Parts: sequence; structure tokens; C-alpha cells
Amino acid sequence: MLSVDGLEAGYGRARVLFGVSLAVTEGQLVCVMGRNGVGKTTLLNTIMGVLPATGGTVTFEGRDVTRLKPHERVKLGMGYVPQGHETFPQLSVLGNLLVTLEASGNPQSALDDALEVFPRLKPLLKRRAGFLSGGQQQQLAIARALVTKPKLLILDEPTEGIQPSIILEIEEAIERLHASGIAVLLVEQYLDLALRLADRYVILDAGQVVHAGTAADLQGEEARRLLAV
Amino acid sequence: MEGFLNQLPIGLSIGAVLLLIALGLTFTFGQMGVINMAHGEFIMAGAYTAFLLQDWAGRSAVLVALPVAFVVAGLMGLLLERSVVRFFYGRPLDTLLLTWGVSLVLQQLARDLFGAPNVQVLSPEWLQGAVGPLPYNRLFIMVLAVGSVVAIWAYMNRSAQGRRMQAVMQNRQLAATSGINTGRVDQRTFFIGSGLAGIAGVGLTLIGPVGPTLGTYYIVDAFLVVVAGGLGQLRGAVIAAVALGLLNSYAEFWTNASLAKVIVFAVIIAFLQFRPQGLFVLRSRALT
Ligand SMILES: Nc1ncnc2c1ncn2[C@@H]1O[C@H](COP(=O)(O)OP(=O)(O)OP(=O)(O)O)[C@@H](O)[C@H]1O
Ligand SMILES: [Mg+2]
Repeated sequence: MLSVDGLEAGYGRARVLFGVSLAVTEGQLVCVMGRNGVGKTTLLNTIMGVLPATGGTVTFEGRDVTRLKPHERVKLGMGYVPQGHETFPQLSVLGNLLVTLEASGNPQSALDDALEVFPRLKPLLKRRAGFLSGGQQQQLAIARALVTKPKLLILDEPTEGIQPSIILEIEEAIERLHASGIAVLLVEQYLDLALRLADRYVILDAGQVVHAGTAADLQGEEARRLLAV
Repeated sequence: MEGFLNQLPIGLSIGAVLLLIALGLTFTFGQMGVINMAHGEFIMAGAYTAFLLQDWAGRSAVLVALPVAFVVAGLMGLLLERSVVRFFYGRPLDTLLLTWGVSLVLQQLARDLFGAPNVQVLSPEWLQGAVGPLPYNRLFIMVLAVGSVVAIWAYMNRSAQGRRMQAVMQNRQLAATSGINTGRVDQRTFFIGSGLAGIAGVGLTLIGPVGPTLGTYYIVDAFLVVVAGGLGQLRGAVIAAVALGLLNSYAEFWTNASLAKVIVFAVIIAFLQFRPQGLFVLRSRALT
């Protein structure tokens, strides 16, 4: 469904990705891991078109999307939850969801479905998003991506800096979404969580894939060494 | 005391005009980081639109001109965005110089088309007269500004397009990856912002003559309103515009025109020492 081939990208003259290739097939959950600063966020941003690719291709459902704008990729079914539980801070929780719903052209039921995944948001709908706690903002961020009815959900460290009980809720939500048939590309630092969720994993180091395999392989010494856990 | 009272409608109506001009500037700056020096020429375009419509609409030209000037100035803004500005997003200095060049070209164009001397637009008969110290024409300008602010507020907070505009202003990258066509939102913002300058131009025909440099008189003050009010802030712009309009007219009343400018600048510089971010702040991000 998603296929990334030889992707290269960077910031100005500083190159960060040196030919990254990976694939997510229908309904699969693929976990991207790697130490801080190896280029995980850069990879996701390039996959979404926030950063231009200087080489390589991104293919989604058989279509070359390498040159498409981010909003065009969203239209095709790529949902993105960027790192750092980002929201539109001065809009209400409902406003955050509505603005995404309106841009997607989906029916109201898409918004209701997203709220079913995170029922904790329901009493907060009128609250300004900027006033929510980090965990609530992250739930809103994922709900907002769900409103676009993605076929592939791309998540960048959804559990970063969030308290354990909420992490559990987010993990369960991802698990349920995955079980419902949505493909997921997940950047995650917690090995335990990755092991529980992932069908396959990819380890990045210095802008390259240094290891890839099934979740079972991740138990091995080599993988642990690369993640320095 | 009577002088003091007479100065009030002058200050308020100038504040109203500044507000109309500043709204467009603050949106294009707050949302796209663009300092549009040609914005003043959209005011002029609006004023000349009213002038031209006189042939057809006579003394009602001002009324007819309001929607027409909005569209004319709006389209000019859109054209500027599509043909020049969009290639220089994220490079404010280049945009500033380029739009300044465009501004000079437009002024010369106006000279060629309408001649260098000022022209006059006759205001409708029903705007001649006054209630107490408040002339109807200045009252009309205030109503125009209040109406525009209410319309903009409703647009931003009650419509899907306005919500999208807010989203782009607050977090452009997130808006793009949430599926919002940010380019289209930028165009719309440019259109509306420029259109408001056109309306301001029509309003100005009620209180003075129209010339090729009409815009340059107001653009600096409008920029001051933007800076003092806080970028992209409706509330801030309203307060700053009224304050600046009043300050201007009273400083001019008690001293003279050039000393008044010095006073205004001094007050604003002092204010920005205390609140460099303006009256209100919006967390916004750079363009990528
Ligand atoms: N906007 C930017 N401009 C310049 N360099 C950047 C920018 N963003 C990231 N980098 C650099 O690119 C490299 C990869 O950063 P990236 O954010 O992709 O890492 P990451 O794997 O997501 O790290 P983390 O686990 O901390 O989120 C880093 O060396 C970083 O310094
Ligand atoms: Mg990252």
C-alpha cells in the first residue's frame, strides 16, 4: 500500500536521509525505530510531503505521490499525526476536528467515529485545544487524523512525554484501529510497545535502514544493540 | 472644549479607515509573513473605482462602489499573490522590495490613467449634514468599519472557510497535513484583505480628494496598527486603530501635522518597549 524507495531528503545542504526504503502492506503495522536524531521525523515528513524529497520515490496504493502536496496525500488516504501532539491552539477541540472534517469533505459520521475512539474528548469539545493537557492533545491529534478516514495512519512518537495511563489508552486505540484494517506506520521509541503492536519493524541509523524484519526478530541482540536499550 | 469635541469624530473616522486597511495587512502578515507594500495602492484603486462609477451612478457612486471596489481591489491582490508574492513565501525582505516596486508601478499607472492632480468624488446628498459635532459622512465611515469587523469576525468564527483560515494562521504545517489546501486559503485571505483596502478607499473619498498617492498617506499608520495590535489579531487591530486614529487627530489638533507624527511614533515606540509582541499575541509558525 505504501512503498518508499531510496528516499533522500534533508534541510538545505544538510542531508538527513540517505536512501531509505520501506514498505507497508495492506492492514500492516510497521514500526520505525532508531535513536534520537537519526531522521525518523524527517522520514515521515518527507513521506507526507512536508519536506521535498531530493531523491527516491513515495508510492501510495500504486500511485507515485512523491511530488504531491501534503493535502493531496491526505485526500488519497494518508493520515498524519506529527510529533509533539500538535493542535490548532486557539480553536476549540470541536473546531480542530471540524476544520479537518470540512477540508476532507467527509460526512459528520467520520467525526463521531473518531470521538468513539477517544471518548475522553467528548466532554472537552468546547475547550480550547491549547488549554488541554499533553495527553489530551495527543488524543485530539490522533482523532483529528481519523476524521480524514485514512487508509494508512502515520504516527510520530504518539506516546512521547505522556503519562502511563494515557499511553495505555493510546496503545489500545492504535491496536483497535489496526485490528479494524487500517495500515499503520508508527515511529516509537518504547521497545515493549513496539513489540506488542508491530507486524514488522525498521531500524534507522544515520538516515539509513540498518535493520528490518518481523517483530520476532526484534528480540535479537543485534536489534537491541542498534537501539541502545 | 468645542474643539476637543469636534476632533473626536475626525479621530474615530480616521481610526475606522486605518482599521479597514490594517485588517488586510495583519491577515496577510500574520498568515503568510508577507509585508505587502502595495496594499496602499489597493486603497487608491478602491477610491478611483468610486470616482469612475460616478459617471454611471452619479452621487450614489459611493454606495455602488463598496461592493465593486471590494472585488476590484480583491482581484488586484489575488493577481499580485499569484504573479509575484507566492514565489517568495518565506522571504519577507524580497517580498517587501518587490511589492514596493509594484506599488510604485501602480501609482504611475494611476497617474497615466487619471492624471496627477487630485480628483473629487461627490458624496451622496443624504450624507451631508451632521448630528451635533458628528458629520454624517464620518459616521458612515465608522459604520462601514464596524460592519466590516462584524462581517470578518463572523466569517472567521462561523464559516468553514474562516475556520480554515484560522487553522492555517495558527499552524500552517499541521493545516497542510490535516488535508487543508493552504495555497487556496492564502489566495482567499489575500483577496479579502485587499478587498477591505478597496472599501477603505471608497470611505476615504467621503472625507478628501483622490490622488495617485492616496495610499501612501495611510499605509505607514496602518502598519503601525498591525504592529501595535499584534499580528493576525482582530481585537488588537480594532483597539490599536481607534487609539492611533484618536492619538493622531488630537496630536495634530494641539500641535501641528509634523510634530503630531513625531508624537505618534514616540508613543508607539514606547508602547512596543513594554509589549514588543503587540496588544495580543498569536502563536504562529514560519512558512515551510
Ligand atoms: N528543521 C530542521 N532544520 C535543520 N536540521 C534539522 C531540522 N529538523 C531536524 N534536523 C536535523 O535532522 C536530523 C534528524 O532529525 P529528526 O527530527 O528527523 O530526528 P528524529 O529521529 O525524529 O529524532 P527524535 O527521536 O528526537 O524525534 C537531526 O540531526 C536534526 O538535527
Ligand atoms: Mg522525531
